[in-house]
Amino acid sequence: MPKSFLIDTSRCTACRGCQIACKEWHELPANKTTQYGWGSHQNPQDLNANNYKLVRFSEHLDGDVIRWNFFPDQCRHCVEPPCKDMADMIVEGAVVRDDKTGAVLFTEASVKLSEADFEEVRMACPYDIPRRNENSGLMSKCTMCNERIHSGLQPACVKVCPTGTMQFGEREDMLKLAEARLESLKKDWPEAMLADPYDVNVIYLLIDTPENYHERSVAANTAGPMSKKQFFATLTRPFRAMKA
Amino acid sequence: MTNHWIDIKNADSILIMGSNAAEHHPISFKWVLQAKDKGATVMHVDPKFSRTSARSDFHVPLRSGTDIAFLGGMIKYILDNELFFKEYVTEYTNASLIVGEGYGFKDGLFTGYDPKTRSYDKSRWGFELDGNGVPKRDKSLQHPRCVHQLMKKHYSRYGIDAVSATTGVSAENLLKVYKTFTATGKRDKAGTIMYALGWTQHTVGVQNIRSAGIIQLLLGNIGVAGGGINALRGEPNVQGSTDHTLLYHIIPGYMAMPNNEWQTYDDYVKANTPVSNDPMSANWWKNKPKYFASLLKAWFGENATPENGFCYEYLPKIEKGEDYSYMYLFDRMYEKKIRGGIIIGLNPMNSVPNSNKVRKALDNLDWLVTSELHHSETTDNWQRPGVDPKSVKTEVFLLPSAHRLEKEGSVTNSGRWLLWHYKAIEPAFEARSFGDMFTGFMKRVRELYREEGGTLPEPVLKLDYPETYDPESLCALINGRFTRDTVVKGKTYRKGQLVPSFTALTDDGSTSSLNWLYAGSYTEEGGNKAKRRSTKQTPMQKNIGLFPNWAWCWPVNRRILYNRASVDLNGKPYNPEKAVIEWKNGKWVGDVPDGGWPPMATGKGRYPFIMSKHGFGQIYGPGRQDGPFSEHYEPVETPVARNMFSQQLNSPVYKFVSSEMDKLSAPADPNFPIVLTTYSLTEHWCGGGETRNIPNLLEAEPQLYVEMSPELAGEKGIANGDGVIVESARGRVEAIAMVTVRMRPLRVHGRIIHEIGMPFCFGWTTPGTGDATNRLTPSVGDPNTTIPEYKACCVNVRKADRLTELAT
Repeated sequence: MPKSFLIDTSRCTACRGCQIACKEWHELPANKTTQYGWGSHQNPQDLNANNYKLVRFSEHLDGDVIRWNFFPDQCRHCVEPPCKDMADMIVEGAVVRDDKTGAVLFTEASVKLSEADFEEVRMACPYDIPRRNENSGLMSKCTMCNERIHSGLQPACVKVCPTGTMQFGEREDMLKLAEARLESLKKDWPEAMLADPYDVNVIYLLIDTPENYHERSVAANTAGPMSKKQFFATLTRPFRAMKA
Repeated sequence: MTNHWIDIKNADSILIMGSNAAEHHPISFKWVLQAKDKGATVMHVDPKFSRTSARSDFHVPLRSGTDIAFLGGMIKYILDNELFFKEYVTEYTNASLIVGEGYGFKDGLFTGYDPKTRSYDKSRWGFELDGNGVPKRDKSLQHPRCVHQLMKKHYSRYGIDAVSATTGVSAENLLKVYKTFTATGKRDKAGTIMYALGWTQHTVGVQNIRSAGIIQLLLGNIGVAGGGINALRGEPNVQGSTDHTLLYHIIPGYMAMPNNEWQTYDDYVKANTPVSNDPMSANWWKNKPKYFASLLKAWFGENATPENGFCYEYLPKIEKGEDYSYMYLFDRMYEKKIRGGIIIGLNPMNSVPNSNKVRKALDNLDWLVTSELHHSETTDNWQRPGVDPKSVKTEVFLLPSAHRLEKEGSVTNSGRWLLWHYKAIEPAFEARSFGDMFTGFMKRVRELYREEGGTLPEPVLKLDYPETYDPESLCALINGRFTRDTVVKGKTYRKGQLVPSFTALTDDGSTSSLNWLYAGSYTEEGGNKAKRRSTKQTPMQKNIGLFPNWAWCWPVNRRILYNRASVDLNGKPYNPEKAVIEWKNGKWVGDVPDGGWPPMATGKGRYPFIMSKHGFGQIYGPGRQDGPFSEHYEPVETPVARNMFSQQLNSPVYKFVSSEMDKLSAPADPNFPIVLTTYSLTEHWCGGGETRNIPNLLEAEPQLYVEMSPELAGEKGIANGDGVIVESARGRVEAIAMVTVRMRPLRVHGRIIHEIGMPFCFGWTTPGTGDATNRLTPSVGDPNTTIPEYKACCVNVRKADRLTELAT
């Protein structure tokens, strides 16, 4: 029974509890960050080898009304992960899927990918999630706290969330919850939608259009005119020989 | 809080003002969102659009320091449209009481003002009393000098136009908030107000809250589920610290600090025990002697007897009228009047206003003892940038402190709940808890007094002071013990046993208690109730999320204060759907009633506001230093030259210090036309001494920034991410510009006024992150609390040519 997250952005207060709890649990070091030339609460500026979870901030004026949307970004643990499809063609076992939980995991074998190989894997992801440790070559991203789940615990980000933004459980239950929440929110937020709910195990509930959150909040938002189908078709390119 | 955290979910309307609840009290938002799920409206009125605003139904920007104008307008709206809960106002508030002829208000001043001393003779504001000394009353609310009519007259000046021009809030937004919130004046609707330092940190701070108090009393929102005046207290156990009175002017249980005019125990008791001849007024503070005597017994043990006034004369006395709070303390230090001391649990070199002055002041000490987890701007003030350590004479001791997780003890939350915290791990190396340090100090000090004598050793030697620190036994002593065998309500307690409640405390020397409010928290029957974690409750309690068996709250585990105001004169809930208490079959059910007397209609009841002398909710509050009604005054540093509501520009009684480093800019000074507000962050606490040393927190908020509107940035040629200099009459600060639509220009007094905001958590001990924002803020304070006006002062901003405090 795969697990799923529901991330209800209508409740998120961008407290960064999830972003930091994830780092604390995985004992990831801090990056040097700055406001100079940046001027935003979003820090670090992007996902990286030391940040599997990043709260993204997006503000705009809608007439006279200020809108500030928060997007606690993380790997979607796709039902059919394109990163795995790509990696399998380069180094088998670099990306695996735990069929019990649905967690998509980067393994130690990922160090065998060159930087260029890694870029292929990264580009395969519609959400631009995969990152790489420059020194070790280890690919990194959210692990769904798989070892915690196997021990009957919730992922760290879910446990720490104070407002009920982060929900976690059996996929069926999360899909039901998502639909129910969407229904109740549509009244006040006609733009409300679920982001690719049938393709991913991390289902974002948005109350504004995807562009008002983050370029990569939904798969269809990838740059260029390609549709999602076309994008996935690029994965069936000629097989590349594995480097010795 | 009058209510508690979970109760927020019972509100039909939530006004968040003077608070950025989602950012500074993240867990609170769980309950706000639950209220929202059930259809409550959530409104955020605040200078800056923040993470709270993002989750509120709407945000209304207003100029810092104009909350009384805003709230005064709401009071007028309630009165003009008769939206107040008439029965509640007539029966439970002092709206019907008749004020004496000595009271008046003209042109920004109440009667009794002495410009020489800059203070009021509050006796001018007294009520008109009958032959028994009980205030006369007109329940028709028509008498020209009844509080209700005086209030109408007072707030008649707070019309929409004047309020809009003062606050910068559009008439449309004013009416939007007023209409929404005042709809809770109906008996079956409740509105709650959540506030914090955005209201308190002003020279009119207390009157901000008084204004909200008036509104909530008019709407019948006090004592009910989902209502209340809810102060969001600070993370460092601020509620616990004020309960046990770390503040200079009070002693544990919110009693007055002895002063030199009360030389004996009898003097103190006489001056501090209110008397009411109204049989319907419980006047609960009449019991003060019992709490005071028990406190003295706890402090001096066997040495304290009724005959010697319980050793009262050994207590230090402050000079009447003197102020010993931070602003004055650091001023005395600046004037070289203080030799040394202990600074513990705070970082004043970053968190007290006018940092340039206080940092200089600290250099004057001969010795300083500090205790911290990390080096801070205070522990290391002697080697701050620009100072040669050789020129500073202060000998500084830095004792390694245990972290909160390395200590056990109770923490009291904003809802007055005592929650036991367990020790997760032992302190490392030589780090110790404050309790261990203080018992250690006192042990040595007492030994020295015993061996060497000294001036007046008795106050130190006669203390019944513990040899070692043990949180459990201290909590038991805080609860209180019997000093001899006693019978209470037919039950015998042996000497040394725990008192069951403060109703068992006496002033005959048979009880001791370090804090009467906490009596009942640790008992023979229930043990250490701060450890309770049971979710058991009756259906009535469950309905409003009372959780009476989870932890314990003061007083006597009463979760919603003043709850006798939630029922009518027959004891029936005004709102049966969210009943707090109810008189059923000859007794009260639900929450612990705020006094167990039967309902008013039986003739044996008591007015519901038992802590006030006359028993009523105080719409008219003659006890405050600045007036019985709130009045808008401009912040001491203001961008405008006049007050739209009177000729009195600033509060006539605000507190200040006046060294040559305490410069203030003149009203509407063109050199400093921009309003600055300062605030905390989710990711950093207060002055940042602890959180800047937690790498993942610093990663999330790495450097000092200033939030400003694109309009202001455009005027100044500043782009997002640029280094800028922010300057006031007192100092200059480097920051990175965060140009954001979340700061809006405001139309005030017919022209555009800009407001900017900065956090105050960055300091030079974390290089490259910035240094004290408080170099900008002024040492001016509220006349009741002396809390500084951190939230409003005047500055200017320009692009920086180069940066020395910030890494680029």
